[in-house]
Amino acid sequence: MEIIKTSQLSKIYKNNDLEVRAVQQVDLSIQEGEFTAIVGPSGSGKTTLLNMIGGLDSISEGLVEIGGKDISSLNENDMIDFRLKNIGFVFQAYNLIPVLTAQENVEFIMLLQGIPEKQRKKRSKELLMEVGLAEKLNSRPNQLSGGQQQRVAVARALASKPRFILADEPTANLDSSSTSTLLDMMAKMNENENITFLFSTHDQRVIDKAKRIITIEDGKIISDESV
Amino acid sequence: MKTTIKIAWRNIWRTPLRSMIVISSIVLGIWAGIFVVAFCYGLNKQRTQSSIQNYTSHIQILHPEYDNDFESKYVLENINSLTESLEKEKGIHAYAFRSMMFGMVSSAVKSNGVQIIGINANQEKKVSNIINKLTEGSYFDTKRKNSVLIGESLAEKLNVSLKSKIVLTFQDHENNIITGAFRICGIYKTQYSKYDESHLFIQNIDLHRLIKNDGYHQVAILCSSLSEVDQTQFSLKDKLDGYIIKDWKAISPELAYADEVMETWLFLIMIIIMLALIFGIINTMLMAVFERRKELGMLMAIGMNKSKVFSLIIIETLFLSLVGAPMGMLLGFLTISITSKTGIDLSIVGDGLQSVGLSNHIYPVIAPKFYAFIGLMVFLFTLIAAIYPSKKALKLKPTEAIRTI
Repeated sequence: MEIIKTSQLSKIYKNNDLEVRAVQQVDLSIQEGEFTAIVGPSGSGKTTLLNMIGGLDSISEGLVEIGGKDISSLNENDMIDFRLKNIGFVFQAYNLIPVLTAQENVEFIMLLQGIPEKQRKKRSKELLMEVGLAEKLNSRPNQLSGGQQQRVAVARALASKPRFILADEPTANLDSSSTSTLLDMMAKMNENENITFLFSTHDQRVIDKAKRIITIEDGKIISDESV
Repeated sequence: MKTTIKIAWRNIWRTPLRSMIVISSIVLGIWAGIFVVAFCYGLNKQRTQSSIQNYTSHIQILHPEYDNDFESKYVLENINSLTESLEKEKGIHAYAFRSMMFGMVSSAVKSNGVQIIGINANQEKKVSNIINKLTEGSYFDTKRKNSVLIGESLAEKLNVSLKSKIVLTFQDHENNIITGAFRICGIYKTQYSKYDESHLFIQNIDLHRLIKNDGYHQVAILCSSLSEVDQTQFSLKDKLDGYIIKDWKAISPELAYADEVMETWLFLIMIIIMLALIFGIINTMLMAVFERRKELGMLMAIGMNKSKVFSLIIIETLFLSLVGAPMGMLLGFLTISITSKTGIDLSIVGDGLQSVGLSNHIYPVIAPKFYAFIGLMVFLFTLIAAIYPSKKALKLKPTEAIRTI
């Protein structure tokens, strides 16, 4: 089942008379359960592509369909709501809420969805157990290592039961051991629960785990290979 | 909402020093506001009370013509029926008949223009406070003729002291020049040195003997309380014809005017304090939004809608004042509670205060409703202060915010 589809997707930045095409006419299709990495050098347009797919950045040309719905026509508030219900995000810098505990961070997104407290508590606990942080439920982000924080971020992304997870350079700030733990965990989730992951990365360790590798350069897809 | 409140509260304490500085400024601002207001109200209240007790009384009854040109021939008529009406009036605590003459007082070395106030000694001490203002000598002894009470500053000016003889010169009801020698039986000192310099008291019986007329120019009335004044004045006006009946506000418009001016002035002071607080709060919250733009962008990225982000910043701002305002009010309350009993000693500038009719000791006073008013003002001004940083937060773009390191 096709979850993400882009057609002739472009992002153009204009600075006075200068026009920069960060993403150029990208056609892409991601199926449910894929574990895909978008790779390319810095400035190649992979994060911009991911941001447009995630509805974080506006689209200059073309369209993005998520589950068959064209998101380019959504206004800002509808887009926020759409993201809440359909997309999980994992950021390079973890971006947890520093004043909340690990469990509260995971619960927070469910709170935004209006899920009752009892269910929130149960699911957040289960997710943190799944990412191996059962002992860290009440720890705040500053009491966790980078790898642990990123695992909380993954649990948070999964908490809203999204259609897919977008992960922008999720291992960029992690050491080898934490990267390995995180990738194994995500691969297992993909394998066992058929969760769709779409990464942007230039980390070889992520590329090695990916089942599909899309290479992008100067905003264009230059290769798309399934491993 | 519970979680938004929880996040807002914890966010306040992420930078405890900065939050404490803002909270302290709110506490000090409110405390200063309460204190200044209480001080000014106390000062004005004392001035009004002092004027009523020493000079104006609550209500005065006058001959209609005397009210216009102060000629001594315009004396009150039908004294007996007037006395009967005053006795029956419930709101009246005490009243005193006075004769008022303008004249000169002379000692061996100097002269001075004065208002001579003829009083019935026993009546007067129930209406005015002059008996309590004696610094030397004693109040009138009814058996001794031609005694006079003069102010301390007048005594200094005339270079006389207790038991000295002075000469009063004035016109009687037919414009004849009358002269009489009086002996100083007491020297008084009110809070208003200019008054002391220009007013002296003699007994009506002595004055009437000199002018060969027993008329009175004024009835000074003290009501049971300030709140009784309007009703009593209304009632007297209804019952008494052919007199001018004035309350203390009409007699001394500057006193009533001072109340109004004071209220406007205090309102302006509070607005200035609140504006200073607003800018402090806006500055702090803008810094907080700027520092957390990455986090706020992330919240919007994962699905926190704009109204919730807006609420978060508003609640954080309100928390700052919700912590500071009660502390400021409590500190203000404690300060006023103590100083309203002990008074604030301003004797270092005592001469200046006395020249405008004020005491050396000021007793701050504040109405309880003012605390509610200040609480409401702080809430409203904080809400206004919160709007700008909150709107700034809404302008953040999730992608730009997330990119920020």
